[in-house]
Amino acid sequence: MRLTCPLCGTRDRREFYYSGSEDYLNRPAEGAPIEAWDDMLHLRTNPAGVTKDLWYHETGCGSWLLVTRNTVTHAVLATELVAARKGGAA
Amino acid sequence: MPNLIAKSALFARTPLTLSGTTLAEAQVGQTTSVAAFAGKLPEVTAALGGFPAPNTVLGNLIWTGPEQVFVLGQTPDLTGLAAVTDQSGGWAALRLSGPMAADTLMRLYPLDLRASHFPKNTCARAPLGHMQSILIAEEAGFLILIFRSMARTAWHEIETALQALTARAAAI
Amino acid sequence: MRIAAKGLIDRTKPVTFTFDGKSYSGFRGDTLASALMANGVRLVGRSFKYHRPRGILTAGPEEPNAMVEVLDGASQSPNTRATVQEIYDGLAAQSQNRWPSLRYDLLSVNDLAAPFLSAGFYYKTFMWPRAFWEGIYEPLIRRAAGLGRLKPQNETASYEKAFAFCDLLVIGSGPAGLMAALTAARAGADVILAEQDSVMGGRLLSDDGTLGMPWVDATLAELRALPNVRLMARTTVVGAYDQGTYAALERVGLHLPAAPHLPRECFWRIVAGQSILATGALERPIAFDNNDRPGIMLASAALTYLNRFGVVPGQKVTLFANNDHARQAVRQLMAAGVQVAAILDSRADASTVEDCPVYLSAAVTDTQGRHGLTEISGTHADGAFKIDTDCLLMSGGWNPLVNIACHQNARPIWREDIAAFVPHSGMVPGLTAAGAANGAFSTHAALREGADAAVAALTDLGRTATAPDLPQAEDAPYRLQPLWAVPGKGRAWLDFANDVTVKDVKLAAQEGYTSVEHMKRYTTQGMAPDQGKNSNVSALAVLADATGRGIAETGTTTFRAPFTPVSIGAMGAGGQGAGFAPQRYMTSDQASRDRGAPMIEAGLWYRPSYFPKPGETTWRQSCDREVLMVRSAVGVADVSTLGKIDIQGPDAARFLDFVYTNTFSTLPVGRVRYGLMLREDGFVLDDGTTARLGDTHYLMTTTTAAAGQVMRHLDFVHQAYCADWQVRFISVTESWAQFAVAGPMAKMLLNALLDQRIDDFPFMTYGEVSVEGVKARLFRISFSGEEGYEIAVPTAYGEALFRDLLAKAETLGGGAYGMEALNVMRIEKGFITHAEIHGRITAFDIGMAKMVASKKDCIGKAASQRPGLMGPDREQLVGLRPVTKTEIGAGAHLFNLGDKVERVNDQGYVTSVCWSPTMESYLGLAFLKDGRARHGQRVRLVDHMRKTDVLCEVTDPVFLDPEGAKLRA
Repeated sequence: MRLTCPLCGTRDRREFYYSGSEDYLNRPAEGAPIEAWDDMLHLRTNPAGVTKDLWYHETGCGSWLLVTRNTVTHAVLATELVAARKGGAA
Repeated sequence: MPNLIAKSALFARTPLTLSGTTLAEAQVGQTTSVAAFAGKLPEVTAALGGFPAPNTVLGNLIWTGPEQVFVLGQTPDLTGLAAVTDQSGGWAALRLSGPMAADTLMRLYPLDLRASHFPKNTCARAPLGHMQSILIAEEAGFLILIFRSMARTAWHEIETALQALTARAAAI
Repeated sequence: MRIAAKGLIDRTKPVTFTFDGKSYSGFRGDTLASALMANGVRLVGRSFKYHRPRGILTAGPEEPNAMVEVLDGASQSPNTRATVQEIYDGLAAQSQNRWPSLRYDLLSVNDLAAPFLSAGFYYKTFMWPRAFWEGIYEPLIRRAAGLGRLKPQNETASYEKAFAFCDLLVIGSGPAGLMAALTAARAGADVILAEQDSVMGGRLLSDDGTLGMPWVDATLAELRALPNVRLMARTTVVGAYDQGTYAALERVGLHLPAAPHLPRECFWRIVAGQSILATGALERPIAFDNNDRPGIMLASAALTYLNRFGVVPGQKVTLFANNDHARQAVRQLMAAGVQVAAILDSRADASTVEDCPVYLSAAVTDTQGRHGLTEISGTHADGAFKIDTDCLLMSGGWNPLVNIACHQNARPIWREDIAAFVPHSGMVPGLTAAGAANGAFSTHAALREGADAAVAALTDLGRTATAPDLPQAEDAPYRLQPLWAVPGKGRAWLDFANDVTVKDVKLAAQEGYTSVEHMKRYTTQGMAPDQGKNSNVSALAVLADATGRGIAETGTTTFRAPFTPVSIGAMGAGGQGAGFAPQRYMTSDQASRDRGAPMIEAGLWYRPSYFPKPGETTWRQSCDREVLMVRSAVGVADVSTLGKIDIQGPDAARFLDFVYTNTFSTLPVGRVRYGLMLREDGFVLDDGTTARLGDTHYLMTTTTAAAGQVMRHLDFVHQAYCADWQVRFISVTESWAQFAVAGPMAKMLLNALLDQRIDDFPFMTYGEVSVEGVKARLFRISFSGEEGYEIAVPTAYGEALFRDLLAKAETLGGGAYGMEALNVMRIEKGFITHAEIHGRITAFDIGMAKMVASKKDCIGKAASQRPGLMGPDREQLVGLRPVTKTEIGAGAHLFNLGDKVERVNDQGYVTSVCWSPTMESYLGLAFLKDGRARHGQRVRLVDHMRKTDVLCEVTDPVFLDPEGAKLRA
């Protein structure tokens, strides 16, 4: 498997650490109800098809990536830098 | 002058030459990480006299991450613009040069290191086996920066790969 | 029997080898199979289940019978295919699965018991009693029904792994592969041509047809001269993976005597923009009674032995076939002077024009010959026949080698006109099949498809290429009439390697295993080392027939990687020793070893366990002395392995407030504070001290074990939640060598060594100092409970400073201490490590709930306050002290007095223990339900592993100096 780091180019899967769902990006504001935290921490859709998840270019440049891929075909559809997303500020 | 004796990671290690390819410890001297603060890249670029594109080397600047470079030698005053961190002792430098250098490292790095794909002044943050490293293409080979504590393992891994290639060439 | 003037072997280079201890000779270029055949050896192995005598069936990596053990120095490679293994001087091979010898195998008695050993035998026989499963049945089955054996010793031979990249990977170097490579190479593409055989050319090496060797040689010469082409012989592509990654196994040293550093094999990861599957096709055997005797082989194999190796497989040859193509073999054998007894063609309408008798509507129904074929019998258009023959060639048509195209779970499609499965486009992204692998069997068609596939692949890569002019080549139509099995009463083999017959498949169908996947598992068809390459299609055709379905409807089983067996050594190449776990050495490493310290692994690091003194015979003696030494004088320990992260920027303080539960923005410059870090789910991630070096500059320390994890976490928090903050951080773990100096004489030692005095340097203070002219960082922190400092210098000076610190400490009655003493002292003080914060522990559990600041948000804060993560039901950190001086162990569980020792009554568990020479007692740290409310109570500590049951008193986790008077001294 290969992933394209927007900075480093296409690299072998062994350079990346898999973290989990993109849901981790949607951190509830302080004081949000416990259900919001439950959504972020635990509730997953587990689709057979297109999914978005987080990978860390751990032995590369240290960038966190948001990867769009298809769990059925294994096609990697897009990768983007987590840091470059809009609305990333806490 | 300090009274303490400074030792490099592979102090007094004799260079190894096999198949015309030489592995030796290198000394890169003062090494400083410069990481630009959010929004300050233009000012940092101006102060450094340039900023390398990802995976490239520009003069004495080695790209090491998002808006981050390692500066070899002197660093200008970047107060308020960037995190400036001394990395000099933290990295061991190994130089592998000669005709089998790329083939040897392609046993260890999951990268296409042929000169056509990884020419001089290309660099990569990439794993040497299981070890984080910074790999730099030079005129006749590669400079490998590796965590100092792992220098012995890195040497051993490169030596093993070079030995196998040499044995292959001898076996026909 | 070798014949003159044929073959690609080098007759000027004789090679001597042994098989079953007997010496033979062959030539360079021979496989073990061809050399044995040249020496008249027909019996080469015993079958898996019935121990039937077996010979050589094929001439390639699909061989199901001729599998041997190769003895190579310390290694013994089982199930080595004699048809692949090249001979070399000194090669020692032996037959397998027989005792006492190949010719007289006592277990051939299994053959007589065949009626009882049919499909599902194991399932039906080894059922009761259950207690016999592991102890009796399994060893019994394993002994009787095994193939080759491994040596029990560790593998010491060397293997290699390597990465390769190309625009176009061509798999197979027959006419399609060569043409594809040539087309792409001339267009300037970066091409890898991988061929499993030792010589490139595929079937062109065997066919001796119109195209032949001159074209192969000229094409290879052109390819070799091009810098953009890599020819990889002896390299089998074994798997297709995602994003154009292919695994390939190269035989590097297996065809040569062992030499130092010469790898046996190399496991390649090849990344290709596009790839062409030109793996050709495999000829199918025909199932008829006793079709497994030595001397019965595939017609195409005979062609290969003749043209490639100059060997003929018999004196009097017969052919049994259902297609035109197979006649090539007998024509060429006749031309080489071999007597051909007859051609037996199963078809009624086939040509009879040959230079030998041809019988139509023929069927071989039985064979004779104990250790090798002597006679066949059957029927043809004119009635029954018996023919004396020592070699029967068979051909049931051809199966395209679709395996690699199916590795991502796509299924091939059935083509009725050629009675075979073929790949279709899109099975593996970027992979196109061409030539025989695609069902195009003529040489001309293969050349054309190879060229076309290369042009298309290059177009997909954004390049232009033109197909070269095709050379003249054979373009005969492929005429066959399907024939899978000849009806009969005896056993007709489908899967030679696993001894599965037509009867077994029919029995499976009869017993309800009608799905092809069920049939496979019930009969074990296709599960041997050849993975059914010779039998899958025939077996499912028989199953289709038995269940009244079509072949397309019956479908195939799943084709999985690897295509041919891959040794674990090759797959794990580079993963032995340091390759698997890099070794990290501190600057003090040599100095510690000089003092006799045994080193222990701490993550990847090597740290001294203890520093033995003369007269000390156990680690405990050294450890106890070191603890008392630190508590009474001064000790020095290398703590460089702790993670150090340099954090800078106007928002550094804000960032730390966000990642730590407690507040760092209020920390004055020059001060140090203990910090607790949570994961977002509320559990403790790590702890450590952080110093404020300047207004916008902090230095965080992490535990040794979690350094990488913390960096990953900080990167995530920064990039995901506050990428716009003005803060950056980088690891400086390796930039500084850091030493703990602890004990009542610590200050005295430092004052003697530093370039300035530190008389006023209170607890939790940071300052810049210099030592012997070198800039240094000094922290007043303590992990021992004593007055403690940590001094850090640039790593290059680490070894020198360590030696100086030790020398000075020794003059004060102190010295070095190791991990054991460090651990004892932290337990005495109730300081936690990852033995305690093991991932299921909250700040509440360790008594640090108040450290989760109420005035600010932080990572993990919300989740840490979830119901159930606080309160009396939680297991909380306590100290344990045995009521009597009895040894206790970590991992033990705690029970209330009077409760039965069973899981439901479990009250908690022990995480760390030590003998405390200071307190003269064993001490433990433990998590105990509602523990903080139970100080002073007694619990039972039960350790089933160590068989101990000890009464303990529950205490505060801080055993020593709870007020901290010593460390603030």
